[in-house]
Amino acid sequence: MGGMRFEGSDNYVATHDLTLAVNAAVTLQRPLLIKGEPGTGKTMLAEEVAAALGLPLFQWHIKSTTKAQQGLYEYDAVSRLRDSQLGDPKVEDIAHYIVKGVLWQAFECETPCVVLIDEIDKADIEFPNDLLRELDRMEFHVYETRQMVRARHRPLVFITSNNEKELPDAFLRRCFFHYIKFPDRETMGKIVDVHFPDLKKDLLREALEVFFELREVPGLKKKPSTSELLDWLKLLLAEDIPPEALRAKDQKAAIPPLHGALLKNEQDVHLFERLIFMARQNR
Amino acid sequence: MLVDFFLHLKDRKLPVSTKEFLTLLEALQQGVIGHSLDDFYVLARAALVKDEAHFDKFDRAFAEYFKGIESLPGMDKAIPEEWLRQSMKRHLTPEEQAKLEKLGWGKLMEEFEKRLAEQKGRHAGGSKWIGTGGTSPFGHGGTHPEGIRVGGKSENRSAVKVWEKREFRNLDDQVELGTRNIKVALRRLRHFARTGAAEELDLEGTIAGTAKNAGWLDLHLRPERHNAVKVLLFLDIGGSMDDHVRVCEELFSACGSEFKHLEHYYFHNCVYESVWKDNRRRHTERIPTQEVLHRYGADYKLVFVGDASMSPYEILYPGGSVEHWNEEPGAEWLARMTTTFPRAIWLNPEPEHVWQYRQSTGLIRNLMGNRMYPLTIDGLTRGIRELGK
Repeated sequence: MGGMRFEGSDNYVATHDLTLAVNAAVTLQRPLLIKGEPGTGKTMLAEEVAAALGLPLFQWHIKSTTKAQQGLYEYDAVSRLRDSQLGDPKVEDIAHYIVKGVLWQAFECETPCVVLIDEIDKADIEFPNDLLRELDRMEFHVYETRQMVRARHRPLVFITSNNEKELPDAFLRRCFFHYIKFPDRETMGKIVDVHFPDLKKDLLREALEVFFELREVPGLKKKPSTSELLDWLKLLLAEDIPPEALRAKDQKAAIPPLHGALLKNEQDVHLFERLIFMARQNR
Repeated sequence: MLVDFFLHLKDRKLPVSTKEFLTLLEALQQGVIGHSLDDFYVLARAALVKDEAHFDKFDRAFAEYFKGIESLPGMDKAIPEEWLRQSMKRHLTPEEQAKLEKLGWGKLMEEFEKRLAEQKGRHAGGSKWIGTGGTSPFGHGGTHPEGIRVGGKSENRSAVKVWEKREFRNLDDQVELGTRNIKVALRRLRHFARTGAAEELDLEGTIAGTAKNAGWLDLHLRPERHNAVKVLLFLDIGGSMDDHVRVCEELFSACGSEFKHLEHYYFHNCVYESVWKDNRRRHTERIPTQEVLHRYGADYKLVFVGDASMSPYEILYPGGSVEHWNEEPGAEWLARMTTTFPRAIWLNPEPEHVWQYRQSTGLIRNLMGNRMYPLTIDGLTRGIRELGK
C-alpha cells in the first residue's frame, strides 16, 4: 500500500495531525485507533479514507454481545443439525456451515481494502485481546476445516472507541493513536464550508457564534457537537432564516431559532431557558 | 539522540514501550514526515501515546526535552548552523567578526540559549538581558560587537507550540475530579460494583452447544450480570473539605443502585466511638461505632474520605478530639475498623504531594497500612484495585 497518501477529501476536513496519523498508519500498515468526543467524525473517517484512496470498505459494528470470533467466521451448528435430521447430503461437508465474518471477507479481497471496527469499547473487555494475533499477522486458523486464512493484502484497519472501557496495553502497543479534539472556530468554518458550499457568509458567522456560545453554557448534559451543528444549519437553510434572526446580541435574550436541533435533552433546554431568563433580568 | 528522547519519556512516567518506539523509528525511516518538529511531535504522539489522559504529560515531557531547540528563535524548522553563520556575517563588520571568532561561535550560542532560558519578559537597555538598545551581546540594535541580533520584534518567545498550549490538561487522570472526570470515575466504580457474581444459565450457549453435540444436551453457564459489592462509606464532614466530600458522596450515591449495599456515615476529622448518618441531626442522632462494627460483615469494603489533616493529638490521645471528650484515641477506633473490615482504603482530596508535610496525614496513612489514595481518577482506580484484591 506504499505510496498512498490521504490528504482529506471533498466532504471531510482532516486536520494536519489527523492526516499525518492516517498516513503513518497507511505507510506502516498498522491499525489506527481513533478516539474523540461523539459527533466529531470518527466513523466517517474510515469511509472517507476508503473513498479518497479508492479502496473497498468493510465495516464491523461492535455491540456488547459481539465476540471476536464473529469477525472471523461462525460455525452454524444449528443448520447442520437440522440438515442432518432431514437427511440433506450437504451435511457431509462442514465447510457449508462456515459463515465468513467481516475480517475473512476483507482478507479475501482482491485489492487492498479498508476495515472499520466501530466502537470497539462496546464489546467485552477480552475482545481486543482475542484479535491481537489476527490484526498483527493478518491471518487466522479455521478450526473446523483445518484451513489457514491469510490476508492477500494487509488491510488498513481503523478502530474507533468512545472510551467506555479501557483497552489492553498489548493491543494499544500495536496501534497508532489519534484523539480527534473538538474543532476550533476556523476548522469548524471549513467543515461547514464542505457541507454547505453556498451558505451565506454572514449566516455562517452568526450561526457559529451562537453555536460556540452554546457550547460554553455551563452544566449542559450534552454539548452540541459537529454533527448537530450541521443538522441545525440544514434546518436554518430549509426554513430560510435570515442571519439577523440569529443576532441576539442586542437583546441578549432570544432563544436561537430551531434550537431543538442543538440541544437534545429536555433538561438542557430547561437550563438554557432559565439562564436566558436570568440574563434578561440582569439587564 | 532519539533513544535519549525515549528514555526521557520513560523517566517522566509515560507508559511507552520498546515496540512503540521501534514503530516510531520505522515511520521516520519510511519518511512519513518531513523535517519539521511539529510533524515529529504529532507522529511521536500517535506512535507512543495511546491514551488522551497522557497527552498532557507527553506535552510537558516533549517541551522539556526539546526546550533547547525550541527556545532559539526561528529554530522550530531546524536552521542549519552554516546558514545562521552566513546571515550573522551580513550584520557584522570584518572587525566585529574577528572579535566574534575570539569568543567562539559555539560559546556564543550556548550563552544565548542560557540567557533565553533565564529571561522572562521583554527587556530594553541594560548589559545582560536580551532586548533592545543595550550592550549585551544578545538582542536588537545593541552595541556589543559580538551580539546576536534577535529580530526587531519580540522573537525570543517564539510562537507558542502545540505542546506548550497544553490543551489536554483536563484529560489528565492525575487532576482532581471535575465534571468531565466524574463520568470516567463513575465508570470505574460501576466496573468495581460488577465484580464477583454467581453464574446463570446461558440459554443461547446451551442451544448452540447442544446442536454442536449433535443433539446431546450441553449445559452452558455464564457469570451473572449482577453486582455483589457492599460498601461502607465514611465521610469526614464539617471543615474545609466539605466540597470535596460532597463530590465523593455524590459519586458513590450516583452508582448506589449498582452496589448491592451502600451505607454511608459521617465523622469529623477522625472516627471515635460514635458516628452519624444525618449531618443536620449530628448531635442528637449518634450511632455507636461499635454497633456499626457489629452490624456489617467482613465482606463489606470500607472507604474513608477525608483530608486527614488535624492535630496529631486528635489521633493519638484520649480526649484529643476537638469536639468532645473521647475515652479512647482515634487510632484505636481506626485500628478496630480496619481489622473488622480488612478491605479498606482512605481517599484524600488533598493533592498527593502535600501529604508529606502533614504529620497527621502520615499517621493516618500508616494506620491504613499505606492504603491512602488521592481523590483523582487515577487515585480512585488504584484504590478500587486495592479493594478488589
